[in-house]
Amino acid sequence: MNSKRLIFFLPVAVFTVLAIYFAIGLTKDPRKLPSVLIDTPVAEFELPAILGRANEGREWGLVSTDFKGEVALLNVFGSWCISCKVEHPFLMQVKQQTDVPVHGIDWREKKPEDGPEWLLREGDPYTLVGDDPDSKGAIAFGVTGAPETFIVDKNGIIRYKHVGPLDATIWNETIFPIVEELRKQ
Amino acid sequence: MSIRIFLASFVMVLSLTSLSFAVEPGEMLDDPVLESRAREVSAGLRCVVCQNQSIDESNAELARDMRILVRDRLLKGDSNQDVLDYMVSRYGDFVLLEPPFKMATYFLWFGPLLFVAIGCGAVFLIFRKKKSQTDVAPNNTAQTKAPSLSKDEQHRLEKLLNEDED
Repeated sequence: MNSKRLIFFLPVAVFTVLAIYFAIGLTKDPRKLPSVLIDTPVAEFELPAILGRANEGREWGLVSTDFKGEVALLNVFGSWCISCKVEHPFLMQVKQQTDVPVHGIDWREKKPEDGPEWLLREGDPYTLVGDDPDSKGAIAFGVTGAPETFIVDKNGIIRYKHVGPLDATIWNETIFPIVEELRKQ
Repeated sequence: MSIRIFLASFVMVLSLTSLSFAVEPGEMLDDPVLESRAREVSAGLRCVVCQNQSIDESNAELARDMRILVRDRLLKGDSNQDVLDYMVSRYGDFVLLEPPFKMATYFLWFGPLLFVAIGCGAVFLIFRKKKSQTDVAPNNTAQTKAPSLSKDEQHRLEKLLNEDED
């Protein structure tokens, strides 16, 4: 008799499970997209150098083959991007205090001189920089907003993606340990 | 102003809005066949910034750049599927407005059917039960009055009744 009555509680049970499931779903940020690029090679791209930056006779500012040979970071930025301004002093610290190369993609500047002028004024934390006025590089990295930072290993495989500005906490707890781990390989 | 003029302008405004899309004249390809393929591909790609629009409808800058990239790739000889595959390889299935048909999405596609099946099954079971009860009813009037008594309950009832007589 009891087991038969239990069936009336089934809808309640189903509702509870669904409610918990959806409640968890609500706490997630729909703007945070999973990257399918983790553990895949950097897509082929060629970006010209930004204006007025010493480029040591290279044809391009940043190309996919630049990621071969050593573990490097790629940072997507733009002078129009407010979070990038927040992040910028920390990237300068990375340049001064560590030996991790940070390459930059200067994404969607309104005028080609905007990015270079900003770097000249505030300091240039990048090892190599590519100019990306029409999002070719950004799309190659599946970027949806700036700043985004990727860790690429010495074989040119993307290993980690961070959305939003970097800071000391993220660097010490996540980024640098991954870089050290990848350097051992 | 007469109501007719008002209605006419109202209809005109409505018909204009249905024409709006985000592709700018400068982006369009000269080849009308390629352009219509580009429109078709763009309509299936999600604008990753605004999320609930296709890149064909979105005025976001990244959507514009994606539209141009779609056209570049078509010009270079890519098939529609090649272009979609490239976008999926960069942004994941998320970039497709229509979820693809594969293992991870079977529940999404078959889920509604499953629930209809469960519902039909439940209705079928309930009606079969009712039918079997009414079938027996003419021979046994007692059962029609208390059809919900199980065997156990019947036993208990008899026991209780007997106790009373004692």
